[in-house]
Amino acid sequence: MTARTVVTGIGVVAPSGIGAEEHWRSTLAGELKVRPINRFDTSGYATTLAGQVEGFTVEEHVDARLAVQTDRWTWMSLAAAQLALDDAKYDPAAHDPYQTSVVLASGSGGNEFGQREIQALWSKGPGAVSAYQSIAWFYAASAGQTSILHGTKGPASVLVSEAAGGLDCLQGARRVIRRGTPTVLAGGTEAPLSPYALVCQIANGRTTRSRDPREGYRPFDVNANGYAPGEGGAVLVLEDESAALERGAQQIYGEIAGYAATHDAYHHEDPAPDCRQLVRAMRRALAEAQVRQEQVSLVVADGAGTAALDALEADAIRTVFGAGGVPVSAPQGFIGRLCSGGAAVNVATALLAMRDGVAPAVGNLCEPVPSYGLDLVDRPRELPVDVVLVNARGHGGFNSCMVLKRHQER
Amino acid sequence: MSGPDRRTVVTGVGVVAPGGTDRESFWRLLTDGRTATRRITFFDPSALRSQLAAECDFDPLAAGLTLQEIHRNDRFVQFALAAADEAVRQSGLDLASGTGVDHDTVAVSLGSAVGATTRLENEYSVVSDHGRKWLVDQRYASPFLYHALVPSALATEVACRFRAHGPAMVVSTGCTSGLDAVGNGHQLIADGEADIVIAGATDAPISPISMACFDAIRATSARNDDPGGASRPFDATRDGFVMGEGAAVLVLEEAEHARRRGAEVLCEIRGFANRCNAYHMTGLRPDGVEMAEAIDAALAEARLDPTAVGYVNAHGSGTIQNDRHETAAFKRSLGEHAYRVPVSSIKSMVGHSLGAIGAIELAACVLAIRHGVVPPTANYENPDPECDLDYVPRQAREHRVDVALSVGSGFGGFQSAVVLTKPGGTS
Repeated sequence: MTARTVVTGIGVVAPSGIGAEEHWRSTLAGELKVRPINRFDTSGYATTLAGQVEGFTVEEHVDARLAVQTDRWTWMSLAAAQLALDDAKYDPAAHDPYQTSVVLASGSGGNEFGQREIQALWSKGPGAVSAYQSIAWFYAASAGQTSILHGTKGPASVLVSEAAGGLDCLQGARRVIRRGTPTVLAGGTEAPLSPYALVCQIANGRTTRSRDPREGYRPFDVNANGYAPGEGGAVLVLEDESAALERGAQQIYGEIAGYAATHDAYHHEDPAPDCRQLVRAMRRALAEAQVRQEQVSLVVADGAGTAALDALEADAIRTVFGAGGVPVSAPQGFIGRLCSGGAAVNVATALLAMRDGVAPAVGNLCEPVPSYGLDLVDRPRELPVDVVLVNARGHGGFNSCMVLKRHQER
Repeated sequence: MSGPDRRTVVTGVGVVAPGGTDRESFWRLLTDGRTATRRITFFDPSALRSQLAAECDFDPLAAGLTLQEIHRNDRFVQFALAAADEAVRQSGLDLASGTGVDHDTVAVSLGSAVGATTRLENEYSVVSDHGRKWLVDQRYASPFLYHALVPSALATEVACRFRAHGPAMVVSTGCTSGLDAVGNGHQLIADGEADIVIAGATDAPISPISMACFDAIRATSARNDDPGGASRPFDATRDGFVMGEGAAVLVLEEAEHARRRGAEVLCEIRGFANRCNAYHMTGLRPDGVEMAEAIDAALAEARLDPTAVGYVNAHGSGTIQNDRHETAAFKRSLGEHAYRVPVSSIKSMVGHSLGAIGAIELAACVLAIRHGVVPPTANYENPDPECDLDYVPRQAREHRVDVALSVGSGFGGFQSAVVLTKPGGTS
């Protein structure tokens, strides 16, 4: 229970870039990566904008034999995991196999693979279904393949809590570390841009109907009108602090110092009319981290991008920090909502902000809603970043909050 | 709030299983040694290699679900709601009125391997016009498709039903999801993240795509002329698993919390561990090393000697390699004691419901501890020299169980083990 968890490696595969540095450069430059979907004809669909990972060539990241057995979501997960391991200079093969674990968040599984095989079944019959469908589509596919590829035998887990999953999996990793496995690959990715997956997302009523990227996903803006889905995510190397120090880790980006999760438990779709449960998660996470609210340098918000959800989150932040009491960012406005990958990317972003002492801007913010009373970061702001609170909410009422602290040896 | 003194007890069990859609009829099926496997009735299976499944004769209205709950939820969620109702009822927790319960400390940890796959497939057949259109037609989309796409809807539905404001999540580790979700719930209690956890798992995978994908790798039994005898774990003539469906939910409670409210304790969750074989998505090495590691770690957490185990609820899927792999793991962990302890697989009777089965098997363990009866391995007739343990052939056995071990193994290489003990039994 006393083990401290630190982040020693970051792997990002997101619309903002492949690799932590490219992601960070693009985020600070404010590049709007939400664009018209270019992989298929979207003219029949209500939502046509998304954050796509451009320039992702599977051959560069995944062995050809493995690539045919896996969905794009797993390709990006494997790529992110490798980037994180390289960044941490941690080679699982150089350690006892039981000393490394994989804990991933999962959202919608292998969408494109699954659609292709159901299509084959319904149009051609059972004989046309790929022998790999049973291992490619299901939610645990990326975790299983990561464990096999890197030879990790420690406790694995796969958690699903929609967009809260990107934080929940990091907490899952902490549980594993507390119980004696020193190193965990943790994070999440998503690839929800096949036609069927897009239609499933449109059904939730929260995706933007705008056809102009500038007018699309814009968290905390007066013209917030829904979110643009996105693909990709992040995988981090989490380590027990003493193990990281002992092996002389390349860098320690920060410590995961606090976490809490709550559920609105109000309605299967609508958020609770008040922000009580989100506030409770934020406060509990701060309490576990032993941080007072005035010590928090930055909040990376969930930024759902609908007026109702943004107002509730603004309410929660104001309740905890007071009006204008803390700089608030939501850089995912640049790249879209990545479901289970999104919060993992936000944690990566928060740690890079801590490293460089600069808070990134809210993505695609044009005109903030004045009544929110938030100090929204409208352009990158230099400031000492020692403590960051990251919020993540999942469709249906999930609230997860995580506190990251600058690492200090004690 | 946390610490080693926070122990997890079980105060309620609910089951929806083939051949028995509530706890008592499920237990009667097991103790009678009856099999619930049959030719698939949900759709015409004649184009499939494996045409068998253990189907639930489940009536969601009779189970107390509303028409809207039925309409918006896939069958896998419907099972879970029914099983959770039964479990919470048995626990005596008044989650409806909320008297005496702090809803902020109630968590949800539910497993599922394939989520709403049946609904996703059915809806796909419509929006794609029988698989003709890759660019599916949005105008035919159900408003509840997102509820099907991301299986965390399961946790949301159960959280809303019981106003569980604690952490909520779905654990989706394939065929070990049930054990892992209950194990995760146990850890939430141990770490002080919750006092009560509605934990368990559910799956409803008897659909054309799920059946076809296991056909493609010949994992399922093709004994189509003998549906009742098709699931035959550990038998020399076994030829694969028989698909099942269902759910089980356990109410987990911090021991002191249960004691304070005077709840009847059914058993204690004493240990949980999981490991990966890092070998192959579907293949298993015959030596069972990683499953043995999971068993050893779960027993270590329970602070129990392997010889204390009084019943082993096997994964026993009935595939050639699983049953051999698992038998080797038991010998590796339990030593000579493996030959003395009764080992059985209820998949012989209720099939293999993917992520759900681990929770259903834990429910069977709770009932075995409570009743002092171990369920049999139905259809076990022909000894396999590589599987030479006491598999409790065909007939349930009266046998006092103070410590039960339940294991699971799944695609992805996941291996899990849970140790349960009789309340006030082995300390």
